Amino acid sequence: MSTTQYLFAGFGGQGILFAGKFTAYKGLIEEKQVSWLPSYGPEMRGGTASCSVIVSDDPVGSPIVSKPDVLIAMNLPSLDRYEDAVVPGGTIFVDSTLVERKVKRQDVTVHYIPATRLASENGISTLANMIIVGNILKTFNDFGEESVNAALKKVISAKHADMLDVNLKALKIGAEQ
Amino acid sequence: MAEKVLMKGNEAIAEAAIKAGCLHYFGYPITPQTEIAAYMAKRMPKIGGVFLQAESEIAAINMVYGVASTGHRVMTSSSSPGVSLKGEGLSYLAGSDLPALIVNVQRGGPGLGGIQPSQSDYFQATRGGGHGDYHMIVLAPASVQEMADLTVKGFELADQYRMTSMILADGTMGQMMEPVSLEFDIKPQPAKPWATTGTNMEREHNIINSLSLVPEELEQLNFARYDRYKVIEENETMYEEYKMEDAEICIAAFGIAARVSKNAINEARKKGIKVGLIRPITLWPFPKAPFEKAAKTVKQFISVELSMGQMIEDVKLATACQAPVTLCNRVGGMIPSPDMVLAAIEEAAKNGGAN
Repeated sequence: MSTTQYLFAGFGGQGILFAGKFTAYKGLIEEKQVSWLPSYGPEMRGGTASCSVIVSDDPVGSPIVSKPDVLIAMNLPSLDRYEDAVVPGGTIFVDSTLVERKVKRQDVTVHYIPATRLASENGISTLANMIIVGNILKTFNDFGEESVNAALKKVISAKHADMLDVNLKALKIGAEQ
Repeated sequence: MAEKVLMKGNEAIAEAAIKAGCLHYFGYPITPQTEIAAYMAKRMPKIGGVFLQAESEIAAINMVYGVASTGHRVMTSSSSPGVSLKGEGLSYLAGSDLPALIVNVQRGGPGLGGIQPSQSDYFQATRGGGHGDYHMIVLAPASVQEMADLTVKGFELADQYRMTSMILADGTMGQMMEPVSLEFDIKPQPAKPWATTGTNMEREHNIINSLSLVPEELEQLNFARYDRYKVIEENETMYEEYKMEDAEICIAAFGIAARVSKNAINEARKKGIKVGLIRPITLWPFPKAPFEKAAKTVKQFISVELSMGQMIEDVKLATACQAPVTLCNRVGGMIPSPDMVLAAIEEAAKNGGAN
């Protein structure tokens, strides 16, 4: 019986909602209970974007994640805003290319991944989000190739099937960090 | 079991409506329900249906009136300020006894308000929304699956009772994605001998009209409508009870507020507090029976709402104030946190509610 509450946060355009959607779909494929709730409205246009994702063995109550087990901070405002909300013993993933400061909390585990730099060095500059997701999967020993592939097929429409390989590549780069 | 897909609540409503045989959608975009219109714009032309973005909400609801008169399943959707604009049309639909589905994905008000979730249109929805004596069947989903299921149910009830059904959702329900199965057991649509389908020179004219200038006749029309409402109150109330078996404190909440409350109840139960939830699924007719029953044993009711306290009035009426009813609320687009609801439960327990 376990529940993981994720909060993905960053700029609009970094693929925050997509990363969350992939995580939710992977949970669904693994027959977990899931929910995905985006921030919506004017802040999405160039400002901060965030989404709450819950993956659980039990029915999901509130879909709003106010105390994340896992925080993904892809820019500084997101880390500033949500660092204190993470549960003690939780985990924070930081895009260290864009966030220069260190996490202040001592009671959480922190992974610094230079995701934006790695993405750009590997010619997949729009996929820093999935590099971080790859690192999350590795960290939680959750990189099941089968469900990863199935989830990618769900979140990438047939029209954009050529994006499957690069997304998988991004996940693998993240997992190697 | 059908395969489940991840879908936004708004999209689930749209797909469920199509599956229920609704081939006519009229609307005007407004956050946070625009995905319904977007989905319809994409799908309707492919299946021979009609998607029409009207010039205003008022135009859209009157187009709904037109199609409903012909006996076809029809819907419109909007969010709070847009639903206010539809108010006149809602009253005309009621006055003409026309079935239709109206969706309100609520946002904070009054006025243009904000775009974040709210439940502050409860009064408007459950008391009719426009002028005159009438009701709509008001359905309050608390999951994406219920957004879909209650859409189908809404059409069926509307046809059965010749009146409007309203889905009263909120921004979170519209925007969130959850796994949903979109296979429904759709009942055949009932015959509509009253519809204006052309006489073919074989029958009397059917007339759809809400004007009735003879007071004696208009009174009878109102009486007949309320006789029908009584049947609905007896047969169609829906609710969910959660951990009510031994509850000494009872939370009343619908939609997103009920989801948040369940978290708080689970935490309170760990602390030994006997608390449960009654979640109305139909807001009109309001499920009085479970509250009447609970009032015999429950020491305190807490109404958790995203409003300044609207459903609390129905809770007080249903419980005949046999136990105190307190309010736990946030408004303006804010949502009560599980911690806030837990604090309200603990306060109630401390005041002798339960332990």
